[in-house]
Amino acid sequence: MYREFKSIRDIVGPLIFVEGVSDARLGELVEIDYGHKVGLGTVLETSSEYALVQSFESPQGLSPKVGKVRFRGKNLKIELSEELLGRALNGLGQPIDGAPLPPGEEERDINGGVINPFSRDYPTDFIQTGISAIDGLNPLVRGQKLPIFSGSGLPHQRIAAQIARQATVRGVQEPFAVVFAAMGITFEEASFFINVFEETGALSRAVLLINLANDPPIERIMTPRIALTIAEFLAFEKDMHVLVILTDMTYYCEALREVSAARREVPGRRGYPGYMYTDLATIYERAGRIKGKKGSITQIPILTMPEDDKTHPIPDLTGYITEGQIVLSRELHRKGIYPPIDILPSLSRLKEKGIGEGKTRKDHSPLSNQLFSAYARGIEARELLVVLGEAALTDVDKAYVKFAEEFEKSFISQGEYESRSIEQTLDIGWNLLRILPESEIKRIPPDILNEFFNSDKSEN
Amino acid sequence: MRSNEVVVGSIKRVSGPLVVAEGLSGAKMFDLVKVGDEGLVGEIIEMRSELAFIQVYETTDGLKPGDKVVSTGKPLSVELGPGLLGTIYDGVERPLKSLEEKWGHFIIRGAEAPALDRKKKWHFMPKVKPGDEVEPGDIIGEVQETINFVHRIMIPPNAPSGVVEEIYEGGFSVEETICVIRTKGGEKFEVKMLQEWPVRIPRPFKSKLMPSEPLVCGQRVIDTFFPLVKGGTACIPGPFGSGKTVTQHQLAKWSNSDIVVFVGCGERGNEMTDVLLEFPTLEDPYTGRPLMERTVLIANTSNMPVAAREASIYTGIAIAEYFRDMGYDVTLQADSTSRWAEALREISGRLEEMPGEEGYPAYLTSRLAAFYERAGVVQCLGKPERKGSITAIGSVSPPGGDLSEPVVQATLRVVKVFWALEDRLAYERHFPAINWLNSYSLYLNRVASYYDREVASDFSELIKEGMSILQKEDELKEIVRLVGIEALSGEERILLETARSIREDFLQQNAFHSVDSFTSLKKQYLMLKNIISFYRYAVEEFRHGLDLETILNSPVRVEISRMKFVPESEIETLEKIEESIRSNFKRK
Ligand SMILES: Nc1ncnc2c1ncn2[C@@H]1O[C@H](COP(=O)(O)OP(=O)(O)O)[C@@H](O)[C@H]1O
Ligand SMILES: [Mg+2]
Repeated sequence: MYREFKSIRDIVGPLIFVEGVSDARLGELVEIDYGHKVGLGTVLETSSEYALVQSFESPQGLSPKVGKVRFRGKNLKIELSEELLGRALNGLGQPIDGAPLPPGEEERDINGGVINPFSRDYPTDFIQTGISAIDGLNPLVRGQKLPIFSGSGLPHQRIAAQIARQATVRGVQEPFAVVFAAMGITFEEASFFINVFEETGALSRAVLLINLANDPPIERIMTPRIALTIAEFLAFEKDMHVLVILTDMTYYCEALREVSAARREVPGRRGYPGYMYTDLATIYERAGRIKGKKGSITQIPILTMPEDDKTHPIPDLTGYITEGQIVLSRELHRKGIYPPIDILPSLSRLKEKGIGEGKTRKDHSPLSNQLFSAYARGIEARELLVVLGEAALTDVDKAYVKFAEEFEKSFISQGEYESRSIEQTLDIGWNLLRILPESEIKRIPPDILNEFFNSDKSEN
Repeated sequence: MRSNEVVVGSIKRVSGPLVVAEGLSGAKMFDLVKVGDEGLVGEIIEMRSELAFIQVYETTDGLKPGDKVVSTGKPLSVELGPGLLGTIYDGVERPLKSLEEKWGHFIIRGAEAPALDRKKKWHFMPKVKPGDEVEPGDIIGEVQETINFVHRIMIPPNAPSGVVEEIYEGGFSVEETICVIRTKGGEKFEVKMLQEWPVRIPRPFKSKLMPSEPLVCGQRVIDTFFPLVKGGTACIPGPFGSGKTVTQHQLAKWSNSDIVVFVGCGERGNEMTDVLLEFPTLEDPYTGRPLMERTVLIANTSNMPVAAREASIYTGIAIAEYFRDMGYDVTLQADSTSRWAEALREISGRLEEMPGEEGYPAYLTSRLAAFYERAGVVQCLGKPERKGSITAIGSVSPPGGDLSEPVVQATLRVVKVFWALEDRLAYERHFPAINWLNSYSLYLNRVASYYDREVASDFSELIKEGMSILQKEDELKEIVRLVGIEALSGEERILLETARSIREDFLQQNAFHSVDSFTSLKKQYLMLKNIISFYRYAVEEFRHGLDLETILNSPVRVEISRMKFVPESEIETLEKIEESIRSNFKRK
């Protein structure tokens, strides 16, 4: 079903307008023949008179006179097999480690399907990351999509690496895999991750998709889709627990914006296309569990918020789709606190069913509620203190200020190679609460309070 | 006569969810069409010159010019009848369970399955007899659909009137004839339990009535301060993570409606799964039956095709109207209406319509208003005389949490209750994060008289006092922020502490705590009464010279803070707290 055309009319940004094509399929894979090389693209719009093709690379050197466009009669697909583990591919899924692609057990469209909501299984297995600010307050569960909202210069990579290094579901040893998709990040950043995988012996269980800052931006639109197609195969056909790291989603969104601008679409907020919500959803919603399947897909997308602004469309739309977010704070970072996780705007939406008796400990949920509200109150009191001085505070307020300080020092802050058990994390929390008078502990039901607050069990 | 003719044309252009077809000039606006070899479902939304513009409810990938397009001649409709309850559908009423059975865990394009089981037999009990005259809307019989729910079988609104000739008791499937009518013109008309109704057209009723009865949902901040009524409208705007979905789920769980239709419109897959797994295990507090038995779910998740999102809220409300017509109280919940509006915007953009504010089409406001107008209390069509209601509750997801954006603004113009969620409160884990100063309910006065009559004669007075304490707190806090707590008088300190108690011991309610999740009106009243009694006594005693520290450290305050954990079966103990307060302050 190869059809070749020489009728390129316009080239605008990454878009190529081909005349006289009457049967291009939407989404069809296209070869763009420059004369001296061949690139790839896909059909964005089709009509009985023309086809609009989106090139995955910058069409530099393409001439309407010389160039040819070949329609391949099928969508972009990827050959899947377990042999992909340990391999490095480019943003379009082509090998970059010198070896040819292994023969696939099957070939799949990279857009994937929509998981039937009736077929989903609710994620409930607590993943211990060893990081208190996550495990104690915003716990991650298997099958969750939990992004890191960062800012430029903040240590999101180190945190993501620490998670990848330390994450375990306690008491079980099950086949796992890591799919790592780099989009627009630097060589150095990508190497950092690869080294971490190497260190922990995870490299042979990892599939790397690498689109770096100097690789074609439009290619990035395909990269997460390829990553997730591989992840779905490994999770739902090969029973693996797959961790997908997508970094940096900000560059992905910028590529989307570039295409939209070239199409002269009516722009949405800050120039990003109105359909960006749906587009991102087709990526993020590919995390999860399926009834009757052993494997799972857990996603940790990383994005840098332009100007640290959480209301920017990229973090905003992401937060509307993902199951929570881990937000990093420049202020904590400046104070020298690692990991600088701002717990208040951070959230794990799946925590309720992943923690508690039989999962972590029965005091987990009420304790975390109490810690959140006490820290919020402590910050408020601290601000008063700064403005008005100590005399303006009540004794209770002063206790809250102390709590907030200690909380940042001993709960949030920890070593990059320190992995705390969930019990350790919770016990630190109880100890901190004792800074406050008991009458302030209102979030915790009386039975739990008696057992944990009034006993000194957790102190020794 | 309406022509229901099938017309065949072909694709001329495909752009995202929009397909332009030629050769369909014989078709009509809003006709349902099948596109391509797979028969993807779509709807004609515009006709220009010889071209039909079709929004397609499935991904259009792989379609090409020349592929055939068949117009069915019928509008997008829902199937109505026994079997709806407890079912989960997609945005165009395809049953997701059947899709899984046939095609597995992923949704396949062009998948077709009837909304109602064709084989299942329902026991039909006639309520009219041969010789009776019947007209549209009349209840002619009943099916016990669940242990608690009687499904009333009605003459469809678009059927003729006539005289019952035959009617049968027994087990029937939805497509079998249960009743035969002889019309005035002498024609025979067969009635089946299955009805179809075009989703974009409101189902008819006799008249609209003023709503007045509260829709009690067991959420303290809502029932006490910003109540909703059966047949009313409400919106929940708020940034992500502020609690829209949890609040909607709480309403779906605990509201005193007969039926809940929940539309997951462009949101997370796992949230629908959550409802699916949890509702069958929860008891309806009013009937003791599993909640799922009174629930219909419509799931169009964010990764599903955008056009079906636009249709999903109409599918939902048409189903709600059908239950209303039987004489039931129904709530229709949509989470989130912003996704519906965005779908409208995307299609409008593809049609190259003139964009209005933020790219939304100019008709956004009128479409939203028309949707909420389908809520209300009605005198139903037909005999016997009965009333039914639809309460409509929509989440709104403003970009960046900015309430000045078009969808929030258009919604606020039509709805009567505004629950303003705020991220600052959510960060503190003050849930529900409903801001008590910005929110409002235009039904408060109507509900107040009901509360005074049915719960306690001083309830509405307490509500007023509670709210005024909260408002006063806001002013005092501003002073504290500027000059510190020292600037306040003792009485003002007591007020601040009382306001804090209202916020923490009353407004905050944990949806995930088994006792705290639901609070009856009676318990809400007692809780508020105790907090305010404490305040009144405290002020009184302070005036008589008791010192502030002693007042604020009263042991009874611990009891007050634990009221929320007292189970419904033991609420008498709350009545005793008032005693404790009194003895706490007994003058020495
Ligand atoms: N009433 C409540 N009780 C306890 N937690 C709540 C409540 N409302 C919201 N939450 C918490 O806030 C999180 C986000 O709420 P959600 O309703 O999903 O927000 P939204 O739909 O506005 O994005 C939930 O996962 C839950 O942890
Ligand atoms: Mg939500």
